[in-house]
Amino acid sequence: MRKWLAGVAVVALAAGCAPVQSGPATSGTDETTGQLRVWLFDEVNRTAKEKVVQEAVAEFQGKHAGVTVDVQYIQVQSRAERFKAAFSDPGSAPDVAEFGNTDLAGYVAAGGFADLTADVAAWDEGKDLVPGVLDTAKVGGKVHGVPWYVGVRALYYRTDVFTELGVQPPSTLDEIAPLARRIRAAKPELLGISVGGKYVYGALPFVWANGGDIATKSGDKYTAAIDSPQAKAGIAKYAELLRDDICPPAQCAGNGGDASVENFRGGKAAMTIGGDFNRKSVDASAAAGKYGVVPLPGKDPGSVAPAFSGGNLLGVLSGTKRRTLAGDFVELLAGKRYQRKMYDAMGNLPTFTDVQRVVADADPFLKPFTTTLAAGTRFVPVTPSWAKIDAQAVLPTMLQEIATGGKDVDTAATSAADAMNAAFTS
Amino acid sequence: MTAGRGQGRTALAYLSPALLVLVALLGYPVYQLVVISFFDYGQEQVSGGAPLEFLGLGNYSALLGSAKFWSVLGQTVAFAAVCVLGTLVVGAALAVLATRVRPWARTCLFLAALGAWATPAVAGSTIWLFLFDANFGLVNTVLGLDGFSWTYGKWTAFGLVAAEVVWCSFPFVMITLYAGIRAIPAEVLEAAALDGASTRRAARSVVLPLLRPLLIVVTIQSIIWDFKVFTQVYVMTGGGGIAGRNLVLNVYAYQEAFAASEYGLGAAIGVVTTLILLAITVFYLRALRRSGEVL
Repeated sequence: MRKWLAGVAVVALAAGCAPVQSGPATSGTDETTGQLRVWLFDEVNRTAKEKVVQEAVAEFQGKHAGVTVDVQYIQVQSRAERFKAAFSDPGSAPDVAEFGNTDLAGYVAAGGFADLTADVAAWDEGKDLVPGVLDTAKVGGKVHGVPWYVGVRALYYRTDVFTELGVQPPSTLDEIAPLARRIRAAKPELLGISVGGKYVYGALPFVWANGGDIATKSGDKYTAAIDSPQAKAGIAKYAELLRDDICPPAQCAGNGGDASVENFRGGKAAMTIGGDFNRKSVDASAAAGKYGVVPLPGKDPGSVAPAFSGGNLLGVLSGTKRRTLAGDFVELLAGKRYQRKMYDAMGNLPTFTDVQRVVADADPFLKPFTTTLAAGTRFVPVTPSWAKIDAQAVLPTMLQEIATGGKDVDTAATSAADAMNAAFTS
Repeated sequence: MTAGRGQGRTALAYLSPALLVLVALLGYPVYQLVVISFFDYGQEQVSGGAPLEFLGLGNYSALLGSAKFWSVLGQTVAFAAVCVLGTLVVGAALAVLATRVRPWARTCLFLAALGAWATPAVAGSTIWLFLFDANFGLVNTVLGLDGFSWTYGKWTAFGLVAAEVVWCSFPFVMITLYAGIRAIPAEVLEAAALDGASTRRAARSVVLPLLRPLLIVVTIQSIIWDFKVFTQVYVMTGGGGIAGRNLVLNVYAYQEAFAASEYGLGAAIGVVTTLILLAITVFYLRALRRSGEVL
């Protein structure tokens, strides 16, 4: 009996002393017919997106005989699981996928997306991509996706409240807190500015405008810089907004970007930091018709605080069996014509300099956002560690610790820097 | 001796189907969990983008060396203790009540309890959040606490989640103990009464000892459930509360390891959790055996 058990144990150990790994995800074949599988993100107003995509699919199928395009819409919330599963099992993976630019570094390190540098260089429209935006698609100098649209944030404010109190939108970053305090003192039912303890992309412009950064890069290694004096000055400026006389922590500390904008939509805030992508929802809210947007001001009057350049890319999965077809489809859907159609349908800001100019000229609402883009945008560290830092909520925890009075700016920034360095070196 | 051997073989033959299922469904995953916990096993390694690296006990030393882990562990133990105690007290009290009231009242009580029991954890947590919403919640309206946020403060948030956990887990205790009380022969209680035992005395010296095996089972079950609570904390405190002050072990493991794709570290947390639960259970059973009870 004992011997038998020991035998089983030995066999089991010999069967697998290491966890499973799937093989390198390149298939080596390049078929020119069959089904091309595409994953796009689901949206609140998906029908509008679907219409444009179907048009592109019809055009693509018309040009390529024997090719069908199967488009699946996946949920943004569960994207991490879906993509992890796709990378682990190339058989169930799509050929083309839409993904967020902050996820790029992790996906590329996982071996998930193909190198598109040569494709973009050979593409006649490629040279018109906004350079700063194309940078968000690069890992180690190589392009791994075509920017499909960008999103930047600016300062939304209530024109009726500002007129009533006789105040002007702030012209420097440092003016925001006193102005917000003054509005809340005059109108206690309003938040001076709706921001949140989880609203990292609302807080980062404060850090960047003060000359700080999340991390600095030397060679191919990142080191946290969130505890530098400049970064801490920015954090302190942002945290000052999360006080009872502007945006009470009990109400605001748990809010991310959506919840922050939601307060503005509900008519409960005099200002907020919102994106061009929030426009449609604000237009369908209590604040409709009585709000304006200006670029988030920087340190000096007339300057613009560097914004985070969020946005989505279209990429080709490295496990695809139809590499050429996939690349062609990306260039069609992310090309100028369909970006323009996507802008008309969804309001998504295009990634081509000339297309951007055309849509901005036609729609004055976009001006503050294109001004912000032109003033220069910033990005999070391009490393797979960023996904880890994001998942571990390092920056939200830091902001919340300061907002709740649990830690002062120095201590919170130091522990955030420690957590980030641990992730960078792991 | 030979007869014993033969019997053992027969027993093994009878047990083998169950054993096979257990090994396949329980043994193999646990084995994989332990193996993975010795490796640096992230998404890059899973999908073949990077080579595997054997760390030995590296994940464990990283885990046990982190101050956050210990504070979260302490928080988890205290939170689970409060939940277990609350569940047992509420469940036992209502079980006793159910034996004393009229059938229609008992039916109502059982229906209400089953409703709470049958509600999926995510739905239950969300409904509780609605009830305790700062601005629009029924509770704040009734108590006149408009604008008070229950999920902001560390202790109110923990209290709220603990109340929800008790709410959704007391029915199991109540129904089990009710069945146990009902199974006590009436003659035994009658004999005690004839011997002049007061109700209190009969409860302490007759009912409680007879219920002890059941109490042990529901206590161990509750400890294991409440120690591993995830959904309620994750949903009600938005993934661990403001600045992570409402983290419990499972949510911490999810955030540190699975959301961040550090499966090796996550497996190590899983192994540690399993060992802690085993230790608690063994300790509890031994303590009972020492006090003269045999399960």
